[in-house]
Amino acid sequence: MDARRDLVRVVLAGHVDHGKSTLVGRLLHATDSLPEGKLETVAKVSSRRGRAFEWAFVTDALQAERDQGVTIDASHIKLRMAGGDIVLVDAPGHREFIRNMITGAATSDAAVLVIDALEGIQEQSYRHGFLLDFVGIRQLVIVVNKMDLVDFDPARFAAIESALAAYLATLDIAATAIIPISARDGDNVATRSERMPWYRGPSVLEALSAFRPPAAPLDLPLRLPIQAVYKFDDRRILAGTLLSGRLAVGDTLLFSPSNKTARVKSIEAWGPSPPPRTAVAGQPVGITLDLPLFIERGELASHVERAPVETTAFRARLFWLSPEPLRAGQDLTLYHLTARVPVTVQTIERVRDPGARDGLSAATGAPDTVAQDSIVDVVVRARDLIALDAYTEHRWAGRFVLVDKDRVVAGGLMSMQGFADQRPSATPKSAHIYQSKALISPAMRTARNGHGGAVIWLTGLSGAGKSTIAHEAERRLFERGYQVYVLDGDNVRTTLNADLGFSPEDRSENVRRLGAAASLFAEAGFVAMVAAISPYAADRARARDAARAPFHEVWVRADVAVCEQRDPKGLYKLARAGEIKNFTGVAAPYESPSGADLVIDTTDQTIEQSVATLLDYVTIAVGATR
Amino acid sequence: VDRLDALEAKSIAIFREAYSELDRLAMLWSLGKDSNAMVWLAKKAFFGHLPFPVAHVDTGLEFPEVYAFRTRYAKEWGLDLIVAPCPPIEAMDPTLPPAARSASRKTAGLKDLIEARGFTGIIAGIRRDEEGTRAKERVFSPRGADARWNFRDQPPEFWDQYLILKGAGAHTRVHPLLHWTEVDVWRYIQREGIPFNELYLARDGKRFRSLGESDITFPVASTAASLEEIIAELEVTRVPERAGRAMDHETEDAFERLRVDGYM
Repeated sequence: MDARRDLVRVVLAGHVDHGKSTLVGRLLHATDSLPEGKLETVAKVSSRRGRAFEWAFVTDALQAERDQGVTIDASHIKLRMAGGDIVLVDAPGHREFIRNMITGAATSDAAVLVIDALEGIQEQSYRHGFLLDFVGIRQLVIVVNKMDLVDFDPARFAAIESALAAYLATLDIAATAIIPISARDGDNVATRSERMPWYRGPSVLEALSAFRPPAAPLDLPLRLPIQAVYKFDDRRILAGTLLSGRLAVGDTLLFSPSNKTARVKSIEAWGPSPPPRTAVAGQPVGITLDLPLFIERGELASHVERAPVETTAFRARLFWLSPEPLRAGQDLTLYHLTARVPVTVQTIERVRDPGARDGLSAATGAPDTVAQDSIVDVVVRARDLIALDAYTEHRWAGRFVLVDKDRVVAGGLMSMQGFADQRPSATPKSAHIYQSKALISPAMRTARNGHGGAVIWLTGLSGAGKSTIAHEAERRLFERGYQVYVLDGDNVRTTLNADLGFSPEDRSENVRRLGAAASLFAEAGFVAMVAAISPYAADRARARDAARAPFHEVWVRADVAVCEQRDPKGLYKLARAGEIKNFTGVAAPYESPSGADLVIDTTDQTIEQSVATLLDYVTIAVGATR
Repeated sequence: VDRLDALEAKSIAIFREAYSELDRLAMLWSLGKDSNAMVWLAKKAFFGHLPFPVAHVDTGLEFPEVYAFRTRYAKEWGLDLIVAPCPPIEAMDPTLPPAARSASRKTAGLKDLIEARGFTGIIAGIRRDEEGTRAKERVFSPRGADARWNFRDQPPEFWDQYLILKGAGAHTRVHPLLHWTEVDVWRYIQREGIPFNELYLARDGKRFRSLGESDITFPVASTAASLEEIIAELEVTRVPERAGRAMDHETEDAFERLRVDGYM
């Protein structure tokens, strides 16, 4: 191909009637891009509706659009330019058709945001600005249109320019130019306007020429979502498109979330040329592996180094598209890369209106439901592990769509803030482990002890009474001849977990080790009682899954206010003073158990009552015969 | 990764998505340049295989050269070809203008085929740059039991995530070439060496830009007698691609009426 720039798609966004279609028309006219006969057709169509020549009818092709003078869906029209053609995507400005604006913007490589000089920045200007950033547009030009209506006043332009600068500072997107124009008369569209000598920047056409087609992210770590596994002939081919990075025959691939690894034996392709040995971001591939692994659609392949995060929970910023309000606790389907996963929106943390002037900074709190077109910060939870990247690390692998039955209800960007990568603990690091077989069975131990081994897991806020109750129960059980031992979170932190702090990752690892240790005690026939805040539901669920003996989750319950009043260790005071970071209940979340085996509410109970409740439960749970 | 590679990559991903998500799939093979490029892309997507049938919805009014092409390449490419007949013109909506009424036989033939074979996915080679209403299409366009296009309520489609509706009698139109332009298709045909019908080449100062039924399709003035000349012509021409398709030009709304009713 020649040296011309490849075709670039540019979406025109902005508030209704700020002049998007007129600008499209002016650009088509200035570049002589309209097909033969189109002007005549549009003139005819306009006069049939009793209107003067209507540029919007070039792109508004539907009868309903022309009859009502409304753009319903984005259109696409080619602009012929010397350096390389551009496709203009004229997006609807009405709020009602915002899903179509997003569709148009998401297929574009760059954007022009049109703002009316007289009306200034309006609701849809803010909303479209936010959405351009949200869908991933990184090249933006802003035009301030209808300068003729404000007498080409540089002060009016400067005021809009500075308001825009303040607004854009809240987004990731920066405008390469802000251009004062009159689309109707052509000022600063194709040539510099003599009526605005004070403006020294580029014309719209010059600014458009600077846009570039998107480059595939070669330098990010390899991400290959597996789209399908084919067995058309004797090859078992894993097919997908490289989202980022590079791949070569011989590479060891890690598949997430199954955590399997294998080497790339070949890259398969159909065609006359020899099969490739390497592939790069943006290319569709088919690979075969050196091991017959069972891999399914939805897995995410990477190299072993710089692998994606694995988690059952993440934070997300949603754009809520549905007229049906979002509710906390709502079950939805996550479409992430090629994975389709049932998830629950666990918590709604913050809701904002992107159409408001201060939309991105002002919070409207965390109501129970969320209206259409809101930006919502949420916690999303899945039952099984998901492989993902935080949006800030990898914007192609960190975004997703939510579906409710047969409707797309939201787009979202992923964040791992406050959550730990669960991969390190889900993956045994050593190979060649051969487990030896015990000669003493659990039944033999039960027969000797008079009770079975079990993990009794006490979770709850600091100050709820976990340790007090556990140690008292331990004493009583010991006196009655039980094999019993308390693993106290704080005590174990001085020994086994001395290397761990209070970051989300360390907390997660702390709980994993407690779980593993408790499981060993329980296997040895002990009633192993764990007393630990263990704030994350996923970590407790993992401890339950990892336990090789019966596991009982006990929620020692008391509100933050009650615990803070007790504050036996003076920790709440320090946390409020900012001297302890990440303190659960103050600056870090506590995820209440939803299916605890036993709840002991210590708010109004005496210690004696709480201990009695626990003892009653435990003696039955371990099948005591003594 | 150049432009043609990027276009090809997106089409291949769409083919694979359709084949993963739709259990009864067929691809329309109208025998024109776009549908030949689709056969090629599908073979790339499935590593030399074509794991679903191709269907020619046949009005019986194609040009003889088109039938000759069908006979030759159905065999050479090893296609599982369905030739689906269309009902007679008398059964079509008489309020449509003549050319559109003739074209609507294709819609009816397609609906009969979908019903007879229970297809849940129909792959069609339409492109956004061909025509104003096609520009507003989705890659995966949901259709109810009546096959109609509900342009007022199309699903949002972004980040290559496609919603595929499943329901009794419903099907999905899959458009793997939606993002291509006319000259892209010809450049790809040139790069890959894909066969194409000789009717596209100029003879006596005229060539077909777009192939359709012989009663409603006309050649346009052109001297482009080779692939290279076609590409050179498309770089500069201002004649629209479908200038020779009578059904597009009869009345302002004729083509939209066809498409809303389920035409490709």
